[in-house]
Amino acid sequence: MIGPQAAGTWYDDMSDNANGPAGAGRSRLDWLRRYGLPLALAVIFAGLSAATPNFLTAQNLIIVLRQISINGILAVGVTFVLLTGGVDLSLGSVLALSGVVAAHCAHPGAWPLAFPVVVGMLVGCACGGANALVVTRGRVPSFIVTLGMMTVARGLALVASGGKPVSNLSKGFCLIGGGEALGIPVPVIILACVAALAYVVLRHMRVGRHVYAVGGNEAAARASGLRVGRIKCFAYVTCGALAGLAGVVLAARITTGQPNAGIAYELDAIAAAVIGGTSLSGGVGGVGGTILGALLMGVINNGLDLLNVPSYYQQIVKGLIIVGAVWIDRGGRR
Amino acid sequence: MLPGPLLQVEGLTRVFPGVRALDGVRLEVARGTVHALVGENGAGKSTLMRILAGLDVADSGMIHFKGQAFVPRHPVEALRLGISMIHQELLPFPEMTVAENIFMGHEPTRGPLGWIDRGRMEREAAALLSRVGASVAPSRRMGELGVADMQLVEIAKAMAHRAELLIMDEPTSALSAREVESLFGLISELKASGVSVIYISHRFEEIFRIADEVTVLRDGRFVGSGPIGSLDEGRLISMMVGRELGAGSSCGGPVGERLLEVRGLSRRGMFRDVSFCARGGEVVGIAGLMGAGRTGLLRAIYGLAPADAGEIRVRGVVARIVSPRCALVLGIALVGDDRKGDGLVGGMSVKHNLTLASLGRCCRGPFIDPSAEDRVADEQMAALGIRAPHRDAPVEFLSGGNQQKVVIAKALLAEPNILLLDEPTRGIDIAAKAEVHEIIRGLARSGKAVVVVSSEMPEIFALSGRILVMRGGELSGELDPRRATQEDVMRLAMRN
Repeated sequence: MIGPQAAGTWYDDMSDNANGPAGAGRSRLDWLRRYGLPLALAVIFAGLSAATPNFLTAQNLIIVLRQISINGILAVGVTFVLLTGGVDLSLGSVLALSGVVAAHCAHPGAWPLAFPVVVGMLVGCACGGANALVVTRGRVPSFIVTLGMMTVARGLALVASGGKPVSNLSKGFCLIGGGEALGIPVPVIILACVAALAYVVLRHMRVGRHVYAVGGNEAAARASGLRVGRIKCFAYVTCGALAGLAGVVLAARITTGQPNAGIAYELDAIAAAVIGGTSLSGGVGGVGGTILGALLMGVINNGLDLLNVPSYYQQIVKGLIIVGAVWIDRGGRR
Repeated sequence: MLPGPLLQVEGLTRVFPGVRALDGVRLEVARGTVHALVGENGAGKSTLMRILAGLDVADSGMIHFKGQAFVPRHPVEALRLGISMIHQELLPFPEMTVAENIFMGHEPTRGPLGWIDRGRMEREAAALLSRVGASVAPSRRMGELGVADMQLVEIAKAMAHRAELLIMDEPTSALSAREVESLFGLISELKASGVSVIYISHRFEEIFRIADEVTVLRDGRFVGSGPIGSLDEGRLISMMVGRELGAGSSCGGPVGERLLEVRGLSRRGMFRDVSFCARGGEVVGIAGLMGAGRTGLLRAIYGLAPADAGEIRVRGVVARIVSPRCALVLGIALVGDDRKGDGLVGGMSVKHNLTLASLGRCCRGPFIDPSAEDRVADEQMAALGIRAPHRDAPVEFLSGGNQQKVVIAKALLAEPNILLLDEPTRGIDIAAKAEVHEIIRGLARSGKAVVVVSSEMPEIFALSGRILVMRGGELSGELDPRRATQEDVMRLAMRN
């Protein structure tokens, strides 16, 4: 089934005139769907500001942004795959593999700084490419393919590191994760660049439009002469590359390449995209929503921390938010 | 037994967006009779049967079954009352056994937990199977059975529900001659035991052989009804097709070079050895019944389901078309018969659907030029008279006719020389139909070769310069619309 989109959100509407006659408000639910997420974010923001003086400080907000940066990068990547109607469960493992490989290339004095970054992303691309190959050529469901890749990439990460953390990384490399520019952490800057780039690709480039078409109705896309296989491949490779980048950033931040890093990160990334309105059946959603979704998860985590809520409860809250967000999203689609 | 008819339908109306599928239809089926329901494709037979089986709900009208008002809202209600439908496309659970299929939804159980009584189920299944004359073991896997046996299992399933009215939708379409004979034998036995059968078929000889009475529908309306003995084939055909031709007639303008030539094209299970050509400036109409292979032929030419044998020439040059992309590059575009399936991306806007096949012309390098895209969309919407609230409105909110115009406009934006149209006016209202016809004539006048598949006889006559008729996957003849009649076409489409 096509996930029909009755009316877009203002941040990810594929039409240029979201508030025009096309989307004239129909129901309260519609309104809730359109503005619900930013509204929820604003309410939580206001509530936390009132509840604790420690929330609304520049320092704390920067902490929030830094905390969501890894998940944000992964979520932007997985948004591409979700938009085509697929899913990528291998993100966390690919992140670990890329981190380990990048760390090997990041020992002091070995290579120029750009090298480990590029290698890490290439490793991610290769994993994404392998996923895409089996999904498109073998017609195996992406859930299965990426479930396999999840295990394979984790195994490769353990092999590549001998099961031990890869440490002794150059100072320059570690700045990618721990450095700051004008008071803003480097990972946050990277996330901002990734999100902006992805937004442009999905909204203003041909390939982006094709990604939406493939997810919206694959048969119609094929009948319109689109090369569906290549478009899917683009989505999986982009997703893999961003998982690789996230792996590099994480390795730099914790100053080691950890083969056991990123377990279950893919689920947080998918959750952020889904909270942001991206449909698991494809064709609906976008990067704007994904970033808001990641922010919502980050702000809530941070707020519960500040309010001294035990981390056990945080998990419960997170789970309820994921289901609630999608429930509201579904409600308007009859 | 109660007096009066088993089933009585009065004034049944069902309106879909853009079409009145049923318009005040009546139908009366007596007990223990076989009642044939005939009409062209789109006459409303399927809608009527779906309503009787509880798969759809009428907008107005009355149904009385066994003398009581009956408004099925769910297939289970129809089944419980004794109405069973044998679908044309059988819907079994292939991985389950025959017995499990027969008792799906009302398995014999034991105890409060609903423990399935497998032994009893198989015993009762065996009894039912022998009653319908099927020689299959209840423990066989459904998927291993042939079509004929599956059909018998479906009938056994209906018997398990103690069906008093059995609806059979083209039950013989996939059966061999011998299997048809034994099916007819079974139908007579059912009739003798008091079961009524509504029998839908396009095969006249079957209708005249087994039906007691017949009802004819046309364009969703009741045309006539009566005992089969009071009718002959010619009368039945004219009842089915007898309506005035639409305004405007075929375009007999100058005809140009052979743009498309098809020689000996075949695809297994779809069509065999089809040869024809289409010249610039002409509309070639392909008539035939559903399942005659017309859609498959167009899809093969467009590369969606390539042919196994034969050749396609475009402007005299042999072309190897393995994907829609190849076809578009060669200047062939297809407007398919399934708007929702592979025509439109429902959630996308009108504009994005329009430019989907030709986004390159609105691009600077890899970037979409929004103003160019808006301009292209506005031009097409004006040129084809697409009425939408806005070019950015989701295409699924448009009426059927406007959606169809979007699909046509999308194909035209790819600037084809050869345009294939499959049921271009299915499910759209009369005004939009006339507009689409005018668009098609205009395309031919502009020198394109147009091939139109249609199940609506007046449409074929209104558009075509030549009419090809297909039957059972083969071309059965070519007619000149200026001399031939609808009856001639029907004969070529139906005679076996």
